[in-house]
Amino acid sequence: MDTDQVRARVETVPDPELPMVTLADLGVIRSVREDADRVVEVVVTPTYLGCPALPVMEADLRTVLAECGHPDGRVTWALSPAWTTDWISERGREQLAAHGIVPPGDAGAPLPVRLGLGRPCPNCGSVATRPLGPFGSTGCQTILVCTACRESFPHMKAV
Amino acid sequence: MTSELPDTRNRLIAEYALRLGDDALVLCQRLCAWVTNAPTIEEDLALSNIALDLLGQARTLLAFSGRSDGTNRSDDDLAYRRTEREFRNALLLELPGGDFAFTIARQLAYTHYTSLLYGQLAASADEGLASFATRAAKEAEYHCLHASQWTVRLGLGTEESHRRMQSGLEHIWPYAAELFEADDLTTRLDTEGTAVAPAGLRAAWEREVTGVLTEAGLTVPAPSWQATGGRSGVHTEVFAPLLAEFQSVFRQYPGGLW
Repeated sequence: MDTDQVRARVETVPDPELPMVTLADLGVIRSVREDADRVVEVVVTPTYLGCPALPVMEADLRTVLAECGHPDGRVTWALSPAWTTDWISERGREQLAAHGIVPPGDAGAPLPVRLGLGRPCPNCGSVATRPLGPFGSTGCQTILVCTACRESFPHMKAV
Repeated sequence: MTSELPDTRNRLIAEYALRLGDDALVLCQRLCAWVTNAPTIEEDLALSNIALDLLGQARTLLAFSGRSDGTNRSDDDLAYRRTEREFRNALLLELPGGDFAFTIARQLAYTHYTSLLYGQLAASADEGLASFATRAAKEAEYHCLHASQWTVRLGLGTEESHRRMQSGLEHIWPYAAELFEADDLTTRLDTEGTAVAPAGLRAAWEREVTGVLTEAGLTVPAPSWQATGGRSGVHTEVFAPLLAEFQSVFRQYPGGLW
């Protein structure tokens, strides 16, 4: 397969922890290119340095490279520029929302305030929500609670 | 051609990264002890997620250190194959659990320090340190928020939570001072724009932390002494048992892989 075909295939690889979104939708895939030595290289940026899914992402990408006829393909991690939730695509945001995870707001915005209006509740739409726990079931999520319907729900925090 | 000795500058950078990596690794191990013991299930998740972030930071720094010093040791080599005297963490990070307020007091001191440190280190002339710090600074911001919120909650909570929070602060304060200790290594790397001399962070740190303590109705401690020794490998007596537990699986199954 040529590089464009490999890129198209790589872009379908799902995130191990949030399989409703692809790594490309998350903005984790930075580039797919062929080096001077004709080795295909996928450059990826880690979401969080301690994200336990990083080794799985790498293994999944290697598998795809091998399936595309590039068993010697490389997966390279690039820390800079640092990953930001602003790189999550529109499709990625829609997918998160469809699965009950409130997508992140603007990464430049100040961190959540203690009182006031929060992210809209995915169950009833109320904005009378407040932080419940700063970390959720994965490192990239936080837990909010809706004071209207009393449901708690995950929110991907903006970084 | 004979093999070249790694140049001095790279060895200094490696030593610097090792200090920061050891701080994160040792605190990660201490925080893990809270899992299933924290006051609420949300707090179990928060502390374990913070520990996980610290583990990721430690692995990045240790791997970078092993590459920079010319030994090509991996993060595992450095975490599991060193003895007590070879660890460079500040003593604050190895202090035993204490109560929850003590843990929050330590988090408050450390996270405000790393948030400031990584924020400045992101402009380092060394690409490896700069790219690490850009990422880690974002993580530290959340850890800061967590520690600050708990400090206010405990400070303004009940008489007992206030008493414990103040007591935790009194306990850790002399140790927090070690984070800002000046020495030749950081001074030299700071001069050439590679590292951040921690002494220069102290004033901003005191402003930030004092702000939180004031909001929490707590008093800034005024200790009569200052801890030292961690950066040169002289640790407290609690460090050997911590390391023994941390390295036990690796030692029981040498060469074992996931």
